[in-house]
Amino acid sequence: MVNWNRVFRRQRRSGDVARERLQLVLVHDRAGVSPELIQTLRHEIIDVISKYLDIDQAGMEINLTQGRDRSKLVANIPIRSSRRAGHTPEGRA
Amino acid sequence: MAGYVITITSGKGGVGKTTTTANLGTALALQGKRVVCIDADIGLRNLDVVMGLENRIVYDLVDVVEGRCRLRQALIRDKRLPELHLLPAAQTRDKTAVSPAEMAELCHVLRKDFDFVLVDSPAGIEQGFRNAVAGADYVLVITTPEISAVRDADRIIGLVEAAEKGPVHLIINRVRTNMVQRGDMLDTNDVIEILAVDLIGIIPEDEEIIISTNRGVPVALGEHSRAGQAFRNVAARILGEEISFMPLRDSRSFLSRLLDRVR
Repeated sequence: MVNWNRVFRRQRRSGDVARERLQLVLVHDRAGVSPELIQTLRHEIIDVISKYLDIDQAGMEINLTQGRDRSKLVANIPIRSSRRAGHTPEGRA
Repeated sequence: MAGYVITITSGKGGVGKTTTTANLGTALALQGKRVVCIDADIGLRNLDVVMGLENRIVYDLVDVVEGRCRLRQALIRDKRLPELHLLPAAQTRDKTAVSPAEMAELCHVLRKDFDFVLVDSPAGIEQGFRNAVAGADYVLVITTPEISAVRDADRIIGLVEAAEKGPVHLIINRVRTNMVQRGDMLDTNDVIEILAVDLIGIIPEDEEIIISTNRGVPVALGEHSRAGQAFRNVAARILGEEISFMPLRDSRSFLSRLLDRVR
């Protein structure tokens, strides 16, 4: 049977999926950091930062990434806008 | 000149360590080098059957280490290539029957009589692996283009580098060209880049491997097998020749490749 998903490349090529999964798993292996540890970090970071700032927990990202010769822990923590005039790009009237 | 000790290892089982050891030993012996292959997989002896020498075993590696025979008595000469020898593993013992220091000493003694000492490592990262790399001048890591095998190769490369066991080179085994071309298999360049290690061989998937193992005749002996040619190329590179990697391009027609993609 013809697999049209393949013919029209609607599905990502499994070799590309494999490469990305492999890179991700190796970053954790090499740093000796388990996904559970990342979860624990995530909760504690939320606790600490929430004391001082109103953060968007759903939009928060914490990832290990591979730099040139070392792993990096990268956290992207969106802060809920305090909507003070002059601070937002649109500039509230 | 003293011989060179090469350990063939992988981490993951079933990726082709034993096949590589047998074929590399064969290819080096075809070049007139004196070669001994050591089966370091104590308890799971296999190199003997792949080389077709299983009926000639009298003594084994553990007999040598424990002093029940002299080293020369345990060495089996190949049926076809007089320069090729096998030191078989014991079948009834386990990995702890030999220590890393004893393996290193054994390699040291053998390198006086042979140009190449090839050590076939067991799978895993435990003592069997530590034994296998104990005497290594050079480590060949075997992987296939699959996530699990590459992940284990990464771990092994880390352990070999931490143990400071000579240069590490990679062989990517069982590459299926048609799958790579349609994007359904990790590309060799991806694997090398991810593992950050130098490549010394790409071995295509080849049914001849199974047939030759059935017969106990390594493919490197025959002229017609692509995998056999790839193994002979690895041996030539180890001997210092510069040989480009075999073209992995699919020579089949456009139509059959299209059909393959549609299937």
